[in-house]
Amino acid sequence: MTKVVKHRLFWPAFSLVALIVLNTVVRPQFMKITVRDGELYGALIDILRNSAPLMLVALGMTIVIATRGIDLSVGAVMAVSGAVTLTIIDGAEDPGSTSTVLVAMAVGTGVALLLGAWNGFLVAVLDIQPIVATLVLMLAGRGVALLITDGFITTVNSEPLEYVSTGYLFALPFALFISVAAITAISLVERRTALGVLTEAVGINPEASRLAGVRSRGITFGAYVLSGTLAGVAGIIYSSNIRAADANAAGEFIELYAILAVVLGGTSLVGGKFTVAGTVIGVFIIQTLKSTMLFLGVPSAQSPVFFAAVVIIVVLIQSPRVHRIARGLTGGMRSRNLSAHSDAEVAA
Amino acid sequence: MHADIETPPAAVPTAEAVVEMRGITIRFPGVLALDQVDFSLRPGEVHALMGENGAGKSTLIKALTGVYAIDDGTIRVAGEDRVFGSTADAQSAGISTVYQEVNLCPNLSVGENVMLGHEPRGLRGIDWKATHREAARHLDSLGLHLDTRSLLSSHSIAVQQLVAISRATVLDARVLVLDEPTSSLDRDEVERLFAVVRGLRDQGVAILFVSHFLDQVYEISDRITVLRNGRLVGEHLAVDLPRSALVTQMVGRELVELEAISEIAERTIDRTGAPVLRASGVGKKGVLEPADVDVYDGEVVGIAGLLGSGRTELVRLLYGADRPDTGDVELNGSAARITSPRHAIRHRIAFSSENRRAEGILADLTVAENITIGIQARRGWHRRMRRAERDAVVKEYIEALGVRPADPNANAGNLSGGNQQKVLLARWLATAPELIILDEPTRGIDVGAKADIQRKVAELASQGLSVIFISSELEEVLRLAQRVVVMRDRRQLGVLESSAVDVQGLIDYMADGGEGSVA
Repeated sequence: MTKVVKHRLFWPAFSLVALIVLNTVVRPQFMKITVRDGELYGALIDILRNSAPLMLVALGMTIVIATRGIDLSVGAVMAVSGAVTLTIIDGAEDPGSTSTVLVAMAVGTGVALLLGAWNGFLVAVLDIQPIVATLVLMLAGRGVALLITDGFITTVNSEPLEYVSTGYLFALPFALFISVAAITAISLVERRTALGVLTEAVGINPEASRLAGVRSRGITFGAYVLSGTLAGVAGIIYSSNIRAADANAAGEFIELYAILAVVLGGTSLVGGKFTVAGTVIGVFIIQTLKSTMLFLGVPSAQSPVFFAAVVIIVVLIQSPRVHRIARGLTGGMRSRNLSAHSDAEVAA
Repeated sequence: MHADIETPPAAVPTAEAVVEMRGITIRFPGVLALDQVDFSLRPGEVHALMGENGAGKSTLIKALTGVYAIDDGTIRVAGEDRVFGSTADAQSAGISTVYQEVNLCPNLSVGENVMLGHEPRGLRGIDWKATHREAARHLDSLGLHLDTRSLLSSHSIAVQQLVAISRATVLDARVLVLDEPTSSLDRDEVERLFAVVRGLRDQGVAILFVSHFLDQVYEISDRITVLRNGRLVGEHLAVDLPRSALVTQMVGRELVELEAISEIAERTIDRTGAPVLRASGVGKKGVLEPADVDVYDGEVVGIAGLLGSGRTELVRLLYGADRPDTGDVELNGSAARITSPRHAIRHRIAFSSENRRAEGILADLTVAENITIGIQARRGWHRRMRRAERDAVVKEYIEALGVRPADPNANAGNLSGGNQQKVLLARWLATAPELIILDEPTRGIDVGAKADIQRKVAELASQGLSVIFISSELEEVLRLAQRVVVMRDRRQLGVLESSAVDVQGLIDYMADGGEGSVA
């Protein structure tokens, strides 16, 4: 039992389960999944589908944070990749053709990769502090996206594009498959090769790692490339969902949600040790919370307050310090009982 | 010995102890770190706490300073029973600590550091003028005349340490804990530190002093307590405890080992073939004047010099940690260019930094990960070591070097200094180097671990490994090395055959630059 509690994922998982239980109590149909035309529907399915963009961004953020970095530009990169992809589709002769959409998405992702490489160059080669380096693109990126769309919100009607966010494959949302593919790929690469431990080494102590022969620069650079690329894919999913490239709204504040997901999952912002599974749980906590607010009809103006309140509770649940205090309260009582006991024995 | 004559230790006060620790017991998972240890500190005395790595010194200090909760026993401070739940509790009881690694804010000024959290306040918040005045007063009282507005990081480690001590006077400490304060100081700096310590002692502060330098312990301490394997061995007046008795108490065995090490190291090196490494004129502007080093198969070349003499700079250039701008390097007879640690590693050169914590150990990773990271880095990320292979390597080196605890999954950051050093040595030996550069591998570790490491180095060299060995302890250098490169003021003074010189000769050579002497 104590072993379970001590597991680093216990408290994140506990928080998620608690949220789901609360939701089920408030609305019993929360857990209900219906089958329509061989496709699954329900609140849980929505959460799985809608979490895809945040999932991708948070996975990239996890690796960047593990290297002692941070990537603030992910939202802007989402805007750029969406703008590139939709502008290409919009300008094509046949926006509905699958090959056009595939090419457009490949180019959009490629541009995002380059933007990630730019961040990586600033951080790993020029040694600029990550927060400053990625701030550049965070501010400039949306301007670039606006340039690409000529300052308009590009709307597109293209069935293959919509499929990315709303389509179904084997009875499940297609976007879920993208999430799962990313989670699996990253977990496998990090843990089945030595990349994970080398990344942690760089995050724990870059200089010691360099002297031990670790390619610190290469690993750091790679982390930003990964983060940029995943943000690019996230941007395409987002645009597919609203069928438009909105340079201002795409991925707004997602960098903050992604950082939050990473931290809720138990990866320290100091860098070093990281957990992909924790981040996945963190993302689901955030997405479940969003779904809860929607259901409860929290007015959008008040939703940040509600969100913040719940996040504070979740963070407190996970805080080792709070655990110690809680233990102190119950433990104190226990030892007092014990001493009363021994006093009695002495008296006897 | 001469210390006894020059400065007779202050009469050991018989005043009531300010700190009384009785029956202190601390358990860690699977380990009894402290077993019923008694320890007391009296006002106006310097009390040295001695023991090997893992003897429980750090644990006892951490119990006293509130870092660890004790499982059993009592702590009385000034006659009052205390339970420390945190370091703040200990501080408010008047116990201040200065750690081996300076725990201050390098980006703040000296004055801000001294007064941190105790700044005088005026109507408009902190009164900076008064703060700096106060800071200067505290520094002056310790005989330190510093510009309190200068940045802390602009001062040497020694001065930073003194600043840390002056914080203790701000906190009005009754007890000052000095944990290895001298490990990175040179002779003059140690003198200065000791002058400050004596001043505080005379003001009635009880000082707990931990050091691995026996000379210093005898120079400054009035009383010595020895721990071994988590148990109290004894408490003695320093004058009543001969050095040999102290060492015997600490290690529990006689140190005939060192003589055995000398025997292994005493052999002739075949210098007819091409050297493993030949560096000619390697230097870097503003860092090191061009120097020449060659190391032959199975040879140990020592580098002697004070801190800042250029010895670390030289080996960093050889390893490619910094880039030299002059000089040629030949490896086994063929020219090579080493511009990064990765190059050096590919050429089978290994380098263990003097700065264990900052440039060596990866604190959150396990012992196993720390040992294998060198191999893994050389293989590249995509070729991960197989579990069985990894376990075998780790087990082999943990046993060969006697790493304690012998647990591959222990967090390397929690190991004692000597064991961290063994882990680092294991990391490099596991990469099967031809040449290993060891920069102060025995600094800040205890007598037993020192002997272990020296023996290992001598053995490996006798099996054909080439070694460059840097140490501030000239006995060690002369014991292990066949030749010694002498450095001063970022310049190479010369190379000596170690059989032709003794410690005093080496010191003289370092001092007068070899003018009119051996070489």
